[in-house]
Amino acid sequence: MSPAFAYYPGCSLEGTAVEYDRSGRACCAVLGIELTEIPDWSCCGSSPAHAVDTVLSGALAARNLGLARQGGFGGVVTPCPNCLVNLRTASRDLDDPDRRARINALLSTPCEGGLPAVSLLQALHEQAGPAALAAAVVRPLAGLKVAPYYGCILHRPPGLMAFDDPENPVAMDQLLEAAGAEVVAFPFKTECCGASYGVPRKDLVMELSGRLLEAAADLGADALAVACPLCQMNLDLRQDQIAASRRRAFGIPVFYFTQLLGLALGLGRADLGLDRLVVDPGPALRKLGTGG
Amino acid sequence: MRLGVFVCHCGSNIAATVDCAAVAEAARAMPDVAFAADSIYTCSEPGQEAIVAAVAEHGLDGVVVASCSPRMHERTFRRTVARAGLNPYMFEMANIREHVSWVGRDKERNTAKATDLVRMAVEKLRRNRPLTPREFPATRRVLVIGGGVAGIQAALDCADGGLEVVLVERTASIGGKMAQLDKTFPTVDCSSCVLGPRMVDVAQHPDITLYAYSEVAAVSGWVGNFEVSIRRKATYVDWNKCTGCGECIKKCPAKDAPDPFNAGLAPARAINIPFPQAIPKKAVINAAHCKQLTTGKCGVCAKVCPSGAIDYAMTDTTVTEKVGAVIVATGYELFDPTVYGQYGGGRYPDVITSMQYERMLSASGPTGGHVVRPSDGREPQSVVFIQCVGSRDRHIGRPYCSGFCCMYTAKQAILTRDHVPGAQTYVFYMDIRSPGKGYDEFIRRAMEEYGVRYVRGRVSRIFPKGDRLVVRGADTLMAAQVQVEADLVVLAVGAEHAPGAQELAATLRVSIDEHGFFLEGHPKLKPVETNTAGVYLAGACQGPKDIPASVSQASAAAAKVLGLFARGTLASDPQVALVDPRRCVGCLKCLKTCPFGAIREEQGRDGAVRALVVETVCQGCGVCCVTCPQGAVQLQHFTDDQILAEVEALCRTPLPTCG
Repeated sequence: MSPAFAYYPGCSLEGTAVEYDRSGRACCAVLGIELTEIPDWSCCGSSPAHAVDTVLSGALAARNLGLARQGGFGGVVTPCPNCLVNLRTASRDLDDPDRRARINALLSTPCEGGLPAVSLLQALHEQAGPAALAAAVVRPLAGLKVAPYYGCILHRPPGLMAFDDPENPVAMDQLLEAAGAEVVAFPFKTECCGASYGVPRKDLVMELSGRLLEAAADLGADALAVACPLCQMNLDLRQDQIAASRRRAFGIPVFYFTQLLGLALGLGRADLGLDRLVVDPGPALRKLGTGG
Repeated sequence: MRLGVFVCHCGSNIAATVDCAAVAEAARAMPDVAFAADSIYTCSEPGQEAIVAAVAEHGLDGVVVASCSPRMHERTFRRTVARAGLNPYMFEMANIREHVSWVGRDKERNTAKATDLVRMAVEKLRRNRPLTPREFPATRRVLVIGGGVAGIQAALDCADGGLEVVLVERTASIGGKMAQLDKTFPTVDCSSCVLGPRMVDVAQHPDITLYAYSEVAAVSGWVGNFEVSIRRKATYVDWNKCTGCGECIKKCPAKDAPDPFNAGLAPARAINIPFPQAIPKKAVINAAHCKQLTTGKCGVCAKVCPSGAIDYAMTDTTVTEKVGAVIVATGYELFDPTVYGQYGGGRYPDVITSMQYERMLSASGPTGGHVVRPSDGREPQSVVFIQCVGSRDRHIGRPYCSGFCCMYTAKQAILTRDHVPGAQTYVFYMDIRSPGKGYDEFIRRAMEEYGVRYVRGRVSRIFPKGDRLVVRGADTLMAAQVQVEADLVVLAVGAEHAPGAQELAATLRVSIDEHGFFLEGHPKLKPVETNTAGVYLAGACQGPKDIPASVSQASAAAAKVLGLFARGTLASDPQVALVDPRRCVGCLKCLKTCPFGAIREEQGRDGAVRALVVETVCQGCGVCCVTCPQGAVQLQHFTDDQILAEVEALCRTPLPTCG
């Protein structure tokens, strides 16, 4: 039914965000979205490359798009928002003859043109959709209050990403609701978590991620749902540091949204990598009567 | 033929990069040129007198002026030439300012180009023929489209000037946006007290025919002789019988109809009179919400109406009116703030628009003039105003300043303190733009007397915290992020074109600008005219305007219409297409391509079909001339011969060598 996507995991999904990779693939498999990993994929040219040389970062992403084209795929799906920005930017550049020539000068196998790239969230929302998801739910997330957090770049810049509302996105809300969760009206859906400032400016992350955790706690959320490896790391791994700096305990587990959808779809904890979360999801999941 | 050439310096505008004396010198060697000179300001009085004197002294038959754009002064010089005793069309203009001096810096090449343009003008002028405008009678009636304050003013000025006026208003009452306002800036006087009597004047004026709840469906004809069909939408109430008593409204069980007059603050009944001072004060049934019309099971209003005015079987009707001129006063629409997801308009009940707040301030509004939070009815102690919502933001396609938001925000902030003593008010602004009379003093009063706190910076996000709202933004003067807790947030929404403006412009054959507002003939010299003769603009349909500016422009448009009709007959522009009946084969391709509907099919005495140009409708665009396979249509003053002569004159000069 759905067209076969080339799957571009990106480097985080092989390291810090293995559970995002695992749960995303598992959800797609249940919902009939066929993902084929791009063979021999390489770095998308994320954080460091695009800051130094946009042609270089374009070439890095274009290499992966070229491999997907050679594989005969009509599009690429990636879980990581940063990879998505780079793949989309490269795709746009490849459709411009001048930019394409400059990018291809760096590639051993030239890429003739762009290829649509979508986020895993967009793929799940558009290829499966809330209705199909709801039909496939076996263990509804009833009783779990979730704050959906999209991060700052999943929908931005709006002209490039062209999906959902860049200021008040709703795709993840709708999927989580379809999975039976109680979704809170989270006002900071698209605020920055501090992103990669964790090393040079830890104080910034304490402030920005701290605001997010406080807002979720004030809304009575049992859990946060995220779609970005960096957001997950800041909110989960650093939650103790943030709690110390703000003198307030949170204990809010930070799930990838695919982990929560997977739970509702009846997938096992091991399939979803729930054991990899730093903040213990146990108390939250016990509300479902499914965890523990 | 003896021709004169006048090369204008335009001060330093042309002379700085064109050797005007050299152009005049070159002109003396051109065919038929008997006189050539350069002058500093040819359009000035001495400049024009020099032309008149030269015509007499040298016995000239025609004049070329090389100066600015014909849009600027062609009419000026035509009058000069006429004063000198020549036919005004024995005149040509070479544009050596916009086309030469303002676009090139190389004086030598500019001088050569200016000479070329003069040579072309001379060659064209040698083939010019005297043209004479025709006089035709005009219908001394005017159509005013839109019954807001601009339309009301234009209608009254025209009617007081002795013209018959047909006023068409789309909604059930005239009054427009101004009728919705509580107070007006900078005088803080009651809006409906200022406007109400004018509305009554419209209703009572013997020379004004008001069609409310009606739309202009089609317009044909030309200046002086338009024929307009007006669609009168079904009200389901016989307005000849309705007395506006309001019994039907009290009893109507359908209470969920939208209430545009109250900006959606409160629902309305399915049968309604928009507001107490409505003109005409007649009820209208909203068909989509009427239980009788949707389900056939109600009929309450028909039962209670004491005058038997309810008519569920009513349908739209069309009336036709003949008018000589049209004034467009269709106003504007307010920006829809839900475009800004970060402000939560439409999601958070206590984030409202400025018009909703205005209705709340109004004693005749749904809250009776009490300022309350829509969520819980509590009186807000902290009100935050956010300016430029839908203004000056190219990301959402509204790069322009809406002009009046700074002022109405200051007014609303002042009124807030009057309604809720002790309330704290904040205004987030980008710049304060208050150039009108008494405007800046008004802003100062808000700041200094009323203690309104102005914070210069954009708001990035509004989010709820408990039952209050947090407004987060930047204070760019302090270079810091700021957060203000608010009970109520008012979004000062900007202006955009009225819905349907594009369709109306197409109906009237006038232009609209890139933002959907009606386009004036010239931003400075023809601010109320359009490029279609006989169609004028008034008020915010041309761009965002406050009340004083709208009223001024409405009076200006009325003055133009009165001026148009002052002489009884109108003169047609003789620069129109002309069909040579000997060459026309009657294919009527021209009829199909004419964008103005100016070509008619006519049967000659020999029985053959031919095309005929209606002189008074033709706008002289020339599309028919290039369409005609026979070359049978020629545009007077721009014939094939004349244009080819210009091209030949240009080709005769050798190309300048580069380097």
